[in-house]
Parts: sequence; structure tokens; C-alpha cells
Amino acid sequence: MLARVQSAALVGVDAVPVDVEVDVSTGLPAFAIAGLADRSEQDAKERVRAAVKNSHREVPARRIVVNLAPADIRKEGAAFDLPIALGLLVATGQLRRDALDGDLVVGELALDGRVRPVPGVLAVALLARTSGVRRIVVPEGNAAEANAAGATVLPVATLVEAIQVAEGQRPPRPAPAPREEEDESADEVDFAEIKGQAHARRALLVAAAGRHHALLVGPPGSGKTMLARRLPTILPPLSTAEAVEVTKIHSVAGLIAPGAGLLRRRPFRAPHHTASRNALVGGGPAPHPGEISLAHHGVLFLDELPEFHRDALEVLRQPLEEGTITIARVQGTMTLPARFTLLAAMNPCPCGYHGDPQRVCICTPPQLDRYRGRISGPLLDRIDLHVEVPRLDPLTLAAAPSGDESAVLRALVAAAWRRQAARYARGRIAGNAHLAGRALRRHCLLDDAAAVFLGEALTRLHLSARAYDRVLRVARTIADLDDAERITAAHIAEAIQYRALDRPTAPPWSRAAVGRAP
Amino acid sequence: MTRAVETVSIASPLYPEHLRRIHDPPSVLYVRGSLRAAEPAVAVVGSRRASATGRAMAGRIAAGLAASGVTVVSGLARGIDAAAHHAALQAGGRTIAVLGCGLDVTYPPEHGALVAAIADQGCVLSEFPPGTPPLPYHFPQRNRIIAGLTLGVVVVEGDEHSGALSTAGHALDAGREVMAVPGSVLNPLSRAPHALLRQGAALVESAEDVLVAVGLPVALPRLVPAADENVAMPAGPATLVWEAVGAEPVHIDEVTLAAGLPAAVVAAALIDLELRGLVRQLPGKHFIRVYG
Repeated sequence: MLARVQSAALVGVDAVPVDVEVDVSTGLPAFAIAGLADRSEQDAKERVRAAVKNSHREVPARRIVVNLAPADIRKEGAAFDLPIALGLLVATGQLRRDALDGDLVVGELALDGRVRPVPGVLAVALLARTSGVRRIVVPEGNAAEANAAGATVLPVATLVEAIQVAEGQRPPRPAPAPREEEDESADEVDFAEIKGQAHARRALLVAAAGRHHALLVGPPGSGKTMLARRLPTILPPLSTAEAVEVTKIHSVAGLIAPGAGLLRRRPFRAPHHTASRNALVGGGPAPHPGEISLAHHGVLFLDELPEFHRDALEVLRQPLEEGTITIARVQGTMTLPARFTLLAAMNPCPCGYHGDPQRVCICTPPQLDRYRGRISGPLLDRIDLHVEVPRLDPLTLAAAPSGDESAVLRALVAAAWRRQAARYARGRIAGNAHLAGRALRRHCLLDDAAAVFLGEALTRLHLSARAYDRVLRVARTIADLDDAERITAAHIAEAIQYRALDRPTAPPWSRAAVGRAP
Repeated sequence: MTRAVETVSIASPLYPEHLRRIHDPPSVLYVRGSLRAAEPAVAVVGSRRASATGRAMAGRIAAGLAASGVTVVSGLARGIDAAAHHAALQAGGRTIAVLGCGLDVTYPPEHGALVAAIADQGCVLSEFPPGTPPLPYHFPQRNRIIAGLTLGVVVVEGDEHSGALSTAGHALDAGREVMAVPGSVLNPLSRAPHALLRQGAALVESAEDVLVAVGLPVALPRLVPAADENVAMPAGPATLVWEAVGAEPVHIDEVTLAAGLPAAVVAAALIDLELRGLVRQLPGKHFIRVYG
């Protein structure tokens, strides 16, 4: 007899339908599963067999063939245990044929028949809602998460419970209301905790307001990490649609705790610089979301930027520009979301003290150039703000005033975002940072005086011509924060302050010799 | 276009008079550019790892000397030497670079354009034949030539181990004037000039002081802080910002505190002042006033 149970597999960060077919026929006793990635096949059989037996049901000595279709999707993991077991029970007449009609089932089985949580249930629930599925049968531990998608959820704790509820012998247990994450006011860190650093705090406000990528440059102990960790506290909270997306991605990565609902806080990912390309960007044979996708709608913080593997940084170009990452595999290409704000930090030079008025920098000009050269031009090109963060001596630090609280700054950022949303209502642009080409010229119109000022300033201060567009974008954000429709020279002047790395490092008499274009 | 290297022996009438009179003058000089037998010259020397203030002072003094027809002599090293050579060239004057290696060796490598400009507008010379590498012990040796070519040596900056002290020592041996520029006591690079001052060196704050110390007539155009000229002075918030910046490097946050203005206003005002040539920005978001 042939039974069919609907399930789902994860491809990228979304779920796709998978049919679990179970056929039981005469022939030498066998139990074969087709369609699972090699390693998983043997494991699944053992779990299903033991779970069924320990739930006081039979695995008859017949020829049992399970097929997970379609065959060309790579399926792995233990989420098919429960649908396979239920399919087997239907095919052997131990469960009513129509008991699971219109249902979608996922779950891992423990040997004693308990149903274990699996990753990606929110993605599965979203699929269920859009494909007209009646109910989804999920492990109890994933029920709160599935509930967040708005589908009808049937939580089960054991195989026996799944059988009884499917047959109608027992009412389904209610899906728990998702445990909401604490709201913003319970943040552990706040901008007000930072003493001094008025320039850096203002720069981060500008970065947040326009979604600009930013680079913090400063000696060890200057507080770059402390500043970076507080950036998420001034970003407006996730919208519900964003929260669903973020939770889905984290769920696929297996990062949602049992019983947890939608994530409300903006993600803050800070991978160590030894992270591999795959860990950063996503990958593996069945591509899993990497750090950049986990940072979607949030912040990706790369501390010690020059220490990251070169090829890992190279791959950031597409996400920084387009907000997605395309991963090519034998089965085809897959595109994962990766729209994040990049925050990077680095020392000013190998010894760390270039620009420090108290300590002497012992780096030679070639050493300095080589160090800065480790961050490729294309990557630096996509970073709109360079912020120099000084090291404060203890006396100055103690006397330095604190700044505004995160809540105040967050309100300013939210207002700036609203202005940008109105301005870009008919486009695909989310923030000023994403302006380029014609869109940039159109939305950042300068009057003649301001245009002349910008051109002259770049020349006279020996800034690279590439700075023009970036200064324009940042000036637009500064004008937004100033509640101004027109960009003025003052807005442009402030924007130019955030181009520290465009300034020549070598004194004028060295520049010509190293062939550096002004 | 590289000029040809000429050899000038001590017997030649072109050999510099002042240099002939030191204890052990070099018997042969390799020269690129124009060598003169007699010219008023002063050496401006100091540390390779100079501070921004030190470079500014070296530049100011060198420019003033060059503008009054005095040749600026130095060693083409990074830091003070390069600042002095560059300022003399910018002022349209003469400068001599004395190398610790052969003339065909460019050391330090990033000064290629600078040394070519010096050969055009002044003179590059060395006692070492072409092909000689810049070995460490060559530099104290060539310092005696720097001192020997001049009426006096100005030490702008250096720590207690600075090579500039050896140049000062050679100047004393040769009976030339030793001068020093004082600096902030917080700056470790003030130690060499201050040590010399303790031993009786002349304290100089300007090119004028140097001319007086070596006994040359003073006929300089007066160099004054840009604030005294009739450059359009900053108005409004820019005035407060301008007043918060002085001769010593100050960080943008200190300016913000002193001026009592929002960080955004200060940031914009500093760019404005920088464009007017009233302040200069240093790495690390520090600012100093521009003088002269």
C-alpha cells in the first residue's frame, strides 16, 4: 500500500514542499529510503524504526520503500523522521488513511518516540500558509515559532500524541503564544555610557540615519568596539515583516531557542577575523546562511578588518552593493538575503599609534601603505564614513561629558528614515547609502555654489575624486538629520570630515615619488 | 631627467671654502646640481620621526632662510630634514642635501622626486662613490659635512639618541654656531634641543633668530600668523572654533568642548577653516593653526 505525507525541506532560507511517499509491499524484508543525502539515510531508518517500536506500533517485516520527492533537491537533517514514521503507519494500516490529509509534517524523532525540534520551522510555516495547507504538525518546541507565521499549528511532543491527534482520539494541545523578546528599553548597553567621543558618536548617528557603512579607525583601547556594540541601540526596531524575515533566517540556522517567538532586536553579528569564507558568507554543500545573512536587517561588525582573510572580504562586494549574496552550487545558484549595515574597525597603522599626539608612530611610510592596502579599494569604496577614534587618557576620560541616550538618538534616526522612505517611495532604495548613479544625482541635487564648494574642497584637501559620490550621499543624510530639503555647504563640509582615509598619508614631498594620484 | 654626476676634488676651486676648513674634509665630493665655493648656508636637522609641530617649525625656519638668500643644508632624511628641504624649495631658494650613500642610490626610497627637485634647484652631494649603500655608520660621518658646509646648525627636534646631536657636535668642533628650537616639555622629541640649550646653544624661534645668531644681516619679509593678515576672518561659530585651535595639536573633541558647540557644527567649521588655510588637519583628527 502507498501512503503520502506532505513535508518540507530547506533551500537557502526558504522551505520547499517535499512529498514523503511510503510504499509497503511483499518481498524480502527491507527498509530503504531514497532521496536523502547519504549520511542521513541510515540514521533516519534507525530512528524511525526504534521510535515506532517504542510507541507500541509495528514495523512489519515487509518490503518498505520510502521516497522523498522531488529527487533533485538536496535533503538532509532529521526533520523527515516524523513524516516518514507517520507515512509508514498509514501504509501499514496502523493509522487511518485520511488522518493527515492537508497537513504538513516535520519533526525529528528520538528513539523513545519523543519529537525533537528542528531548524527552519518558521520557513516551513510560511510555506504552509502560502500553499493552502490545512495544518502543520510540528515538534512542540517549535510551536511558538510556527505560530508567528499565522498558520494553524498542531504541536506534538511524542509520536503517540501525533497518532492520537491525527486520528481524532485526543484534542490537539494549544500552540503556545510566542514568548516575545524583551523590548528595546531592556537593552543592556546604551550610548549614554560612552564618555567623550563626541565626533565618533555623531558619526555613528549619521551612519545609522542613512544606513551608511562605516569604518572606525583608532589605536588599541580607543573604544572602537564599545562604540560599535552600541550602534544597534540607535536603530529603530524591526518592522513585523522584517522581524519575520530575520527570525526565519535565524531559525534556518538553528538559532531560535525552543519556545521563542519573533526576534524583535536588530541582529548584531561580530564574527572573529579567523572566520572562513563560508562561515562569513554562507555555504556548505546545502548552503546555510552565513554571518552576513544572519546580519540581515541588522549590523555586521568586523573588528580588526585588515586581519580578515582577503578572499572572505572580497565576497562582501555583492552584498554591500545589492543586499543579497548569490551562491553557486552544482544543483544551481541560490540567492540569500544579506542587507546589513557594515561596521568595521581597524588600527591606524601596524604599531597602532599613527596620529596619536602623545606616542610616536614607528611605522615607515611603506609599512603604512601596505597596511592600508590590505583593505581592497572596492571594499573601501563602499564604506561611506571613516571615523577616527582617539585614545583618551584616563584623566580626560574621567572629565569627559557623556552624550545623549540611545532613545534620543534612535528617535532622530527614525525621523530620518521616515524622510527617506517618503523620498524613495517608488524605488527599491531603502536609504541614502544605496543611492548611486542617476538616482544619486537626482535626489542629491546641489545648487551651483554647493557643487563648486564640493569640487574645490576635494581638490584643495587632496582627497581622491572617488570621494565625490560618497560625500554627496552622506551630505544628504546630514541634511535629513537637519530636517532640510536642500543640501548646503555646511552639510557637505561635515560630510567631508568623514573621509579620513582619502587624505594622503605621505607628506607632499613623498607623494609624487610613490606615484600616488592626488 | 637625471643630471650628470660630477666629481669635485678638494684641490678644485669649486670646493666649498667652509668645508675645506674642518678637521678632516673629504678629498672628493660627488655632486649633482650646482655647487658653489662660497655661499651663506645654515643646516636644519632633526629626528626622522618628527612631530607635526616640529615639521612645521623646520619648514618655517627653512622658508625664512631661503627667502633671505641663505642656503638650507640637510640630510634628506624623513621628518625634519625633508620638511626643511621642501620648504626651501617652495620658497624658491637654494638647498643642499648631503647623502650617506652613493648619489645613484635613493634613500629613503620615497624621496626620489624630492632629491631630483633639489638637484635642479640646488645641489645633492656625497663623499661616497656611486653604488655605496646607505650603511648605518655612514650617517654620523656625513653629518660632519653637513656641519662643515654651514655657518651653523639648527636642531629642531630629536630625542636623546638623535643623530642631530652628532651634527651639533661636529659644528662645535668646527667652531660653527649651534642653535636649538625649544619645544613642549611633554614631547619626548624636545629632549635633544633642550639638552643643547642647557649646554649653551642659542635658542631660536624663527629664521630671524637664526640669522642673528650666525651674524648675517636680517632683511626678511615678516612672517606672521595668518590671523594678522587681512584674510577674511571666520564669523559666527567658526570664530569660536578658530579660537579653540592653537599651535599645539588639539583633537576635534577638545575643540568641540572648548567651543561649546555641537559636534556637527564644529566638524563643518573646521573644514571651512582648513579650506581658508587657517588650520591644518593632522592624522587622528587633530588640528593646529597655520602660521606664516
